[in-house]
Amino acid sequence: MRRIETMHVTRRDSLALGLGAAALAALPLRAQTADANIEAAVLDFTGDAELKEGGVTLTAPEIAENGNTVPIKVEAPGASEILVLAAGNPNPEVGRFAFGPLAASQYASTRIRLAQTQDVIAIAKLGDGSFARTSQEVKVTIGGCGG
Amino acid sequence: MIARRDFLQAAMAASAIWGGGANWSRLAAQQRMTQDDLLAFGTTGNVTLIHVTDIHAQLMPVWFREPGVNIGVGAAARKPPHLTGDAFSRYYGIEPNSPAQYALTSEDFVALARAYGQMGGADRIATVVKAIRAERPDALLLDGGDTWQGSLTALRTGGADMVRVFNALGTDAMTGHWEFTLGLDRVNEIIGGELDHPFLGANIFDAEWDEPAYEPYTMFERGGVPVAVIGQAFPYTPIANPDWLFPGLSFGVREERMAEVVRQARAAGAQAVILLSHNGFDVDRKMAANVPGIDVILSGHTHDALPEPVVVGRTHVIASGSHGKFVSRVDLDVRDGEVRAVAHKLIPVFSDVIAPDPDMAALVAAERAPFAEELGEVIGRTGSLLYRRGNFNGTWDDLICRALLEEREADIALSPGFRWGASLLPDEDITREDIFNVTAMTYPEAYRTQMTGQQLHAILEDVADNLFHPDPYYQQGGDMVRVGGMGYRIDIAAAPGRRISEMTLLSTGAAIAPSATYNVAGWASVNEGVEGPPIWDVVERYVARTGTVSADASDVVQVVAP
Repeated sequence: MRRIETMHVTRRDSLALGLGAAALAALPLRAQTADANIEAAVLDFTGDAELKEGGVTLTAPEIAENGNTVPIKVEAPGASEILVLAAGNPNPEVGRFAFGPLAASQYASTRIRLAQTQDVIAIAKLGDGSFARTSQEVKVTIGGCGG
Repeated sequence: MIARRDFLQAAMAASAIWGGGANWSRLAAQQRMTQDDLLAFGTTGNVTLIHVTDIHAQLMPVWFREPGVNIGVGAAARKPPHLTGDAFSRYYGIEPNSPAQYALTSEDFVALARAYGQMGGADRIATVVKAIRAERPDALLLDGGDTWQGSLTALRTGGADMVRVFNALGTDAMTGHWEFTLGLDRVNEIIGGELDHPFLGANIFDAEWDEPAYEPYTMFERGGVPVAVIGQAFPYTPIANPDWLFPGLSFGVREERMAEVVRQARAAGAQAVILLSHNGFDVDRKMAANVPGIDVILSGHTHDALPEPVVVGRTHVIASGSHGKFVSRVDLDVRDGEVRAVAHKLIPVFSDVIAPDPDMAALVAAERAPFAEELGEVIGRTGSLLYRRGNFNGTWDDLICRALLEEREADIALSPGFRWGASLLPDEDITREDIFNVTAMTYPEAYRTQMTGQQLHAILEDVADNLFHPDPYYQQGGDMVRVGGMGYRIDIAAAPGRRISEMTLLSTGAAIAPSATYNVAGWASVNEGVEGPPIWDVVERYVARTGTVSADASDVVQVVAP
């Protein structure tokens, strides 16, 4: 078991405590605000165009080894831009990757901070102007009891 | 492109040969179990695999009770290995009171144990391996990991006793999990200089540079064909165990990486691709469905023992148990660039039936000799069966929790949901070795701290989701954290964060209040710098003080199963 105490709280512990609190509190108001933020970001990126599945891949760990630095990769052949959102973060917009016409591949990798278990979303603007979407749950866990 | 005809041929050949022509449960029911019967196979094909996994440093024969509760969720619900007791016996046609019932289920465990004796032992395993290699000299012996941890001698020698034993067995490759809890320097020292065979881990990466940290696979030439063995370490080693013991390593399921390594192996000429996995069974079943081109998955980590392979598409998933109780033999017919047939037998290592190999017996004796006095010291006696396996509680952990509550003067005790640890029968001596067999590891400090009810709830929810997330790639493969001094209700199918309710302090019968603070004792924290006496000292003091210890199956967890 991971020890949780106030004397020597590590970063992972703070995260774990934050997770527990969020799970218990589950404030509907905050959830609505986050959803509205995501909706606005998506609308801003797509102009309310239809989102299809397929055409963009997101590679992320199923369970984060460290929620403060979670490696992710996005790839969308032929895309001009890829938007990445962390749906459960207070500020969900992680970033936009833009690819020029001479880009050899439309691929980006980075590390992101995740405040709690949540979906990471990638939306790509493809060469024909259409939009593709994918998402994956990334769990942020206390850990320590497996074996 | 795989023709349906090919698939049928492979599957039918396999089902015809499973059991090797000698059904050991039936033989045993007739009370004429012999070593020859247990090993009888009828060598077939041109490539033989021998699989042992999760031995947890048990060099000597042990008692080991399989779980009475092992709930599957999502696609794995009520499928093997998530069948226990009568349901397991009915599914596989196992007769009552047979050795198969004893070896594979928890039913009537004590009575059957007294009838059929202990299982495992490195010297018996050596006999099995030598017998298979007498028939197929180039058989591959593959170790699924969790080999260097779990006993007093492995702890004292930094795993060196197990390394020497597995070298002597003639192991061809291994992967790992608990190995890393010896510390990264020690692991690399062993791999670099002491281990005679490759350590494989396709999913182990350098965290900073995102580059492979260990060899992903090895190619063997066997029976005239190239056979690739890919290693997959436990994906959640840095989460389930202290990451500060192996800094800079990243693991994970990494399905895309596995698909890429399979492609590499095929491109390098492999005609059979074997995955030596420490994923856990449900993860392996999903990986078999999602990653094309794997012929056999030798599955480890979740300690399941299945008498038949689970076939997913063209992939045979083999579960070989734990603690040395079983050795799996798999014969492959590899022809025309593909696996045409699979024959399998889960060989039960009944230590009273299979003769010890003298060379290995001597090596094991030599490894244990320096610690003989310490190992053999009698601390107390059992008044009842002590076992650990099961999703929610076991009597060994009830005992450990009681020791923590009393020796550390706590309100609530937590004991991790490990799946390793041998059982003890009623009316047996408890030696120091027995206590180490359920506690030996490198972060044993028994802490005492304060937690709020809310923190306790968050911990139970977190562990429950690691066990009961409907997608196996999100599971960590342990059992539920054990609790002492507290009861709760768990609704398996509820949403994350809503499974645990009715948390109750048993000493008063009062509900656990989210804002109230409780004194909590536990062990095996993954945090660095935890202080407290090692858990084996706490348990030993309690057992010595109590004399004869008993623990009945606990009912403090109320389970709502889907």
